[in-house]
Amino acid sequence: MNRRNFLKVAGVTASVVAVSPVAFKQSVEAQPKKKTFEEALKEVTGGKPVKESSKVKLIAPAIAENGAVVPVKISVDHPMEPDNYVKGIHIFAKENADPRTISVYLTPANGEAFFSTRIRLAKTMNVVAVAELSDGTFLKAEKPVKVTIGGCG
Amino acid sequence: MARTALVKIKPRRYKKGDIVTVSSVIMHPMHTGLAKDKKTGKIIPAHYITDIEVYYGDEKVTWMKVFPSVSANPFTSFKLKVTKAAPLKIVWKDNKGEVTEKVVKIKV
Repeated sequence: MNRRNFLKVAGVTASVVAVSPVAFKQSVEAQPKKKTFEEALKEVTGGKPVKESSKVKLIAPAIAENGAVVPVKISVDHPMEPDNYVKGIHIFAKENADPRTISVYLTPANGEAFFSTRIRLAKTMNVVAVAELSDGTFLKAEKPVKVTIGGCG
Repeated sequence: MARTALVKIKPRRYKKGDIVTVSSVIMHPMHTGLAKDKKTGKIIPAHYITDIEVYYGDEKVTWMKVFPSVSANPFTSFKLKVTKAAPLKIVWKDNKGEVTEKVVKIKV
């Protein structure tokens, strides 16, 4: 084997070794089926339009240090009367593997449309709160949350 | 196996017609089914809460559909209008069929 051939072989093996872990990692990461935000939203609204509204107040930290625990508070400025109330509050984390996070169904017995929980965020993304009114309209509020350490594994 | 759960009502003193905040926590790992065990390298199977139901007396007041993006040891908090003296029951169900119940008495 002369020098030229040796270098060729060495170069090829080196590149194969360097590439393979990356290719392997990509195939593993692509495996879990990812739902898009639009699909998840359609599950809830059934294709109805969603209006942006200042009635829905979404309180979430602008910067979350730990993505595994992000406190979120939602209140909807709407009466809770027997025939005119907030039927549900839905929280979406736009870029999680499953963007649909939690759906809360309320009744007039609650007295006030308020909900608070703690959610996981995989990375920096927008959090969306959708309120469903008893007459079938949907209102939403959106807020970006910066995450320094992701929370999904 | 019943899990540890806590239910708290705030403010502590209330009368008929008041709106109180009901907070609850249940100890649950909430495995998403996507994360790997660092020691064995195997994927941890999904194990998470799917439904939470709240009964005030006989009436189903609030119910929730929970998905894996909720944090471990799920915390929930909502409002309730006090109209009668009745037990407030919260029921948690997970995807493996575990059911946990917690009852708090509401006195007027």
